Amino acid sequence: MAALDELDRAATAARVDPEFTAELDRLLSTYAGRPTPLSDAHRLTAEVGGARLLLKREDLAHTGSHKINNVLGQALLTRRMGKPRVIAETGAGQHGVATATAAALLGLDCVVYMGEEDTRRQALNVVRMQLLGAQVVPVRTGSRTLKDAINEAMRDWVTNVETTHYCIGSVMGPHPFPVMVRDFQRVIGVEARAQVLDRIGRLPDAVVACVGGGSNAMGIFHPFLHDAPVRLVGCEAGGDGVSSGRHAATLVGGAPGVLHGMRTYLLQDADGQTSATHSISAGLDYPGVGPEHAWLHDTGRASYRAVDDRAAMAAFALVARLEGILPALETAHAFAGAFEVAREVGPDGTVVVNVSGRGDKDVDTAAAWFGLVTAER
Amino acid sequence: MSSLATAFAAARSEQRAALVGYLAAGFPSVGGAVAALQAMVAAGVDIVEVGLPYSDPLIDGPTIQTAAHAALAAGTTTKDVLATVQAVAAVGVPVLVMTYWNPIERYGVQRFATDLASAGGVGLITPDLIPEEAGDWLAASAAAGLDRIFLVAPSSTDARLRLTAAHCRGFVYATSVMGVTGARAATSLRAPELVARVRAVSDLPVGVGLGVSDGAQAAEVASYADGVIVGSAFVRCLLDAGSPAAGVRAAADLAADLAVGVRARSVHATGREPSPQPGEVAG
Repeated sequence: MAALDELDRAATAARVDPEFTAELDRLLSTYAGRPTPLSDAHRLTAEVGGARLLLKREDLAHTGSHKINNVLGQALLTRRMGKPRVIAETGAGQHGVATATAAALLGLDCVVYMGEEDTRRQALNVVRMQLLGAQVVPVRTGSRTLKDAINEAMRDWVTNVETTHYCIGSVMGPHPFPVMVRDFQRVIGVEARAQVLDRIGRLPDAVVACVGGGSNAMGIFHPFLHDAPVRLVGCEAGGDGVSSGRHAATLVGGAPGVLHGMRTYLLQDADGQTSATHSISAGLDYPGVGPEHAWLHDTGRASYRAVDDRAAMAAFALVARLEGILPALETAHAFAGAFEVAREVGPDGTVVVNVSGRGDKDVDTAAAWFGLVTAER
Repeated sequence: MSSLATAFAAARSEQRAALVGYLAAGFPSVGGAVAALQAMVAAGVDIVEVGLPYSDPLIDGPTIQTAAHAALAAGTTTKDVLATVQAVAAVGVPVLVMTYWNPIERYGVQRFATDLASAGGVGLITPDLIPEEAGDWLAASAAAGLDRIFLVAPSSTDARLRLTAAHCRGFVYATSVMGVTGARAATSLRAPELVARVRAVSDLPVGVGLGVSDGAQAAEVASYADGVIVGSAFVRCLLDAGSPAAGVRAAADLAADLAVGVRARSVHATGREPSPQPGEVAG
């Protein structure tokens, strides 16, 4: 609790400190490459046969995903709190890469916890983190995925809290993390809202994003919350299908509970034990979801749907061929959901898709899925 | 007077600390854990903690994680935990459940309180519940006459110590170090200070846990705390044993060693001197 109180105070003070915000803005523009563009997806729009699709290109941010937005903020906070070490959990490896990057930039020691299963399916990102000077610790407990990486990171944090900041990668965990991470990610939605207004002269009909913990979705949704006509649609990982029980669609298929310091929806059994999850996407393979998404779900301001592995991979292939963009597998879920929403909205409408990350890390998984190479492992 | 209060008062009247022993329910089996806990009580454990095995035991180190996961893999349920409480309480010892919060929510807070009391349990230790979020449990425990033990840590501010202790009943659980459960070679130098800080804001007994694994360490902790809490070292006895029966014997032997330790007083009154050698506390 003491560390959370300390962090809350530091984050609250930093938010209104012009020196801190100027430093963060400077890094976001001169280092991370913001603002990211809003791309028209003409060929995809024609193929899908619905609303005009506009792509918010977080895949073009430094390190290849939106994760850098949050990490630069938290790394600056770490330095401000006088702590020399950051730790992080990572699923797909994008948050781990972003944290390793910010740690290198600011001269912080960095340890990243990653489920052993994920170190295998996202091997490229493991090497990237190591090259950036981070130590990657494979986690061999439990399901050996993101949830267990978070457990290990939390155990490290309580042990080393005086020297260490836990740089949580999503809008999850105990307060103040969900609020703080959302605020660092809001830049996505602030930019997207202005860009859409500039491009089409009005607000979009819908904004679509993938949701694991939910940071890219929260970042793009939040500035639209008071724009009541704008539909906000989150796409969860449907795995083999929600009815199969092998999925990670927490809001669609879960129930309220407490995990990792937050009350939210969880995938759990009748005894309150966390369920095993499945998704082809390591970054969405998590049995919880950020508590603010639970709130938006309960109030109905945002809606959530499950996209199964098959639909996500079909979208992945389509986006690659028609737009020349290899999306992350996580992002492919947002595309598949956006195709449905675009048809629901119809050809007169406009749908913004948050392209949360690039898919270079996923080429092995995609190659195996599409049978493009002989699997050697 | 709750039976926890009775146990602490009895220990105090003997000018010693109470020995609190932990095992996870369902490991190596439901019956095996019951047998080991009963043997530990016979060998000198004053208060029993039954761990509810949980999929994500955040405060636990590798030893208890291993036992919890094995118990879950074998199908241990919340009902089995209550059955364990009942079987151990039947030998006439106060039995607490140590549990992460989600399984209790899922079971139903009121229903769990009622069923725990019916099983003869005396309360809950809740490592991931803070008093500010504990409204349902405060009400349910009061209605069922159960004790509630929240945790404090060396990092806790005085304000948090005061708040947490004010919501505890039975005793206050002080974690001796910043970290997870598990036996450590040396006990903490920060624990005596934390106990003193709790005493400054509360009249409740203070139990110290995390890292105690033998009689010498128990004696050290007993010199400044009202209760010595031992978990991982007992679980380790069961993990390392060649057979369930050998595990029960090892756990009972450890309990006997620790029971001697909590009776060896004032070896280490301030916690600021070097750790005592085993020879110094024998007898």
